[in-house]
Amino acid sequence: MIGDLAPLPVLLPLLGAAAALLVGRHPRVQRTVSIAVLAGVVGVSVALLLIADAEGAAAVAVGDWPVPVAIMLVVDRLSALMLVVASTVGLGVLVFAVGQGTADGDEETPLSIFHPTFLVLMAGVSYAFLAGDLFNLYVGFEVLLTSSYVLLTLGGSAPRIRAGITYVVVSLLSSLLFLASIALVYAATGTVNLAQLAGRIGELPAGTQLMLQSMLLIAFGIKAAVFPLSAWLPDSYPTAPAPVTAVFAGLLTKVGVYAIIRTQTLLFPDGALDDVLMWAALATMLVGILGAVAQTDIRRILSFTLVSHIGYMVFGIALATTAGLAGAIFYVVHHIAIQTTLFLVAGLIERRGGTTSTARLGGLATASPLLAVLFFVPAMNLAGIPPFSGFIGKVGLLDAGVAVGGWQVYVLVGGAVVTSLLTLVAMSRVWTRAFWRPPTQAASADTAAAAARDAGPEHGQEDDPAGGEEPAEEPLPAGLAGGATSTTTARQTGRRGAWLRHVAVATAAPAGGEGQPSGRAGDSRTPTRPLPAVMMAATTAMVLLTVGLTVIAGPLYGMTERAAGDLRERTPYIEAVYGAEVDE
Amino acid sequence: MTPTIVLPVVIGGLYAAGVYLLLDRSLTRVILGFILLGNATNLLLLSSSGPAMLAPLFGYAEPEEMSDPLPQALVLTAIVITFGVTAFLLAMVHRSWRLVRQEVIEVDEEDRRVAARQGMDADDVDPDDIDPNGLRTEDRPAGKGNTLHSDVDVEEQLARRYDGFASDDIALPPTRRGEQ
Repeated sequence: MIGDLAPLPVLLPLLGAAAALLVGRHPRVQRTVSIAVLAGVVGVSVALLLIADAEGAAAVAVGDWPVPVAIMLVVDRLSALMLVVASTVGLGVLVFAVGQGTADGDEETPLSIFHPTFLVLMAGVSYAFLAGDLFNLYVGFEVLLTSSYVLLTLGGSAPRIRAGITYVVVSLLSSLLFLASIALVYAATGTVNLAQLAGRIGELPAGTQLMLQSMLLIAFGIKAAVFPLSAWLPDSYPTAPAPVTAVFAGLLTKVGVYAIIRTQTLLFPDGALDDVLMWAALATMLVGILGAVAQTDIRRILSFTLVSHIGYMVFGIALATTAGLAGAIFYVVHHIAIQTTLFLVAGLIERRGGTTSTARLGGLATASPLLAVLFFVPAMNLAGIPPFSGFIGKVGLLDAGVAVGGWQVYVLVGGAVVTSLLTLVAMSRVWTRAFWRPPTQAASADTAAAAARDAGPEHGQEDDPAGGEEPAEEPLPAGLAGGATSTTTARQTGRRGAWLRHVAVATAAPAGGEGQPSGRAGDSRTPTRPLPAVMMAATTAMVLLTVGLTVIAGPLYGMTERAAGDLRERTPYIEAVYGAEVDE
Repeated sequence: MTPTIVLPVVIGGLYAAGVYLLLDRSLTRVILGFILLGNATNLLLLSSSGPAMLAPLFGYAEPEEMSDPLPQALVLTAIVITFGVTAFLLAMVHRSWRLVRQEVIEVDEEDRRVAARQGMDADDVDPDDIDPNGLRTEDRPAGKGNTLHSDVDVEEQLARRYDGFASDDIALPPTRRGEQ
């Protein structure tokens, strides 16, 4: 049974991508194909999870080759759980993207590329979760990374290319490191099969083991954005289209975390680098969240919290106990769902408010109460406010930490609590500014149309709600003029308009909006693009999913504990691989 | 069969040169560095099979005289991946050149902007309660575009291409065809 199902999460999206490419000229058919395919993957993954949870791990030797030689696909509780979460989140994001594409018109965005690339990305993610040997893990990584390069640079605008180049070069470097460590592993042990390696790596000298472990950890650490290796992430994610950022934030770093969990438990159970991981976890949490507090752009805030919360998972891994691993796995599941949702909401905010900068947003709570709810629930969940899954995951991790004890662990527990508080600070800042501040006109005027209007000769005049209180002849500030004030090009006029708009926000007296509920104020503003029903529905579904994680937290935590138990024991995985030999 | 010293020396040399080039700000050099690093890694993977022996063909050599075929299969895959990704990287650098006439790694404007707000908490720059003079020196409109570039050539290029778009517009449209 599992033998028939296991290849499907990889095969279905790949075939679906081919089909979506073939029907690229018919957007409607293409949408149907990709949504159907991902829905199928969700179904298969759920079936795999149920089977794996009931019967334990199982492995498939692709092509019926004898076992140590064959390419193995291994389904255990961890990988099946990851598959379910990844495919569900992928489906949600795809529906959101379809809604966006339908609303904006497909000829504007290169959606005919988006769907096949997205499906290939999902195939790569699934393959990375299922791969039973290091080299196929590498191939899975490459598949998902290559499609992520395309997705990140969709449209090829200047900011995206700038961000994309950083992302691509860093990812390539980590891939090369991974490949080099595969070469060294093979030279040392003569195999890349994870189950075989589990037996052979223990026989190597301690120094060799340490080198292999640290090389793999660095390679995966870059992908997972663990602190000293995380600087690329907040730099590259925010510029991409909303659904792309959402799926990247949810899935890509977690594939790195999955790889760390897998190699740390299966290949290097001695925990030689656990201390290093502890400190890395602490630094990731604190540095990441301090970055988030400093930012003003919602997407960048979210990117920094993404980095920061990776620290929680690394903390759980570094504890190297069953409880710690269970907490880490639960946190991965929670965090995939929550970050994806928040980035989708950020996309909606940008649509509604015209920008994601908290310095310019305002009054969204009255403009779109549903959007406010959609932001508030996952934001509180991320910060770890009690009833939600974020709280459960954090308490699980802290509990596991206290059970281990020792001053170092207590420092980390303290750091984790501080991080959680600072997350709340960052989130409530967005909440108060973007949603509760009195609406200002300029908050919604930041569209290309408004900018074009401002670029006209009497720039900024009609945008000034203070009624000419602000002199229009104000000289450009030094930073804006860029040393070229003399040549007043059209671009600089545009800039001046943008600047005046900005000043207008700064000086706008909150006279009208202060006291009254301003129910009409939201409607009387310059209309921004409306929020299409499909996008709202997809985001609502994702928010409900994150709330649902809270509801099913008990059984889910039980499952992660069983998964962690399997990982610590190691034998279920190894026996599954060698057991496949007997079956075939 | 004796092991060769040529491969380790070549691998080391390629790694050194590759890392050196990768650290450069010019994107062309970064690509060249990546190619060297990729080749070094592929050689490393190839050499992990031990000293070279006879070709692993059935009937051509005895199994114990054969080279290990697995690293060769792996390295083939790796070469294809490296090649494809290099092509993509090259396309991106070309695109970067078409867009901003620069093939260096660009400055992240938002980073600069956040860093420039020295001594100011994010709450202090709340546009509702700050005086415009303080704002003018400390803060600038949210800039996702290249608002810091003082290169006049680049400015004029951009102005011509994106006539009518605000400098801080995040989603600049792709290059319009037939316009240079």
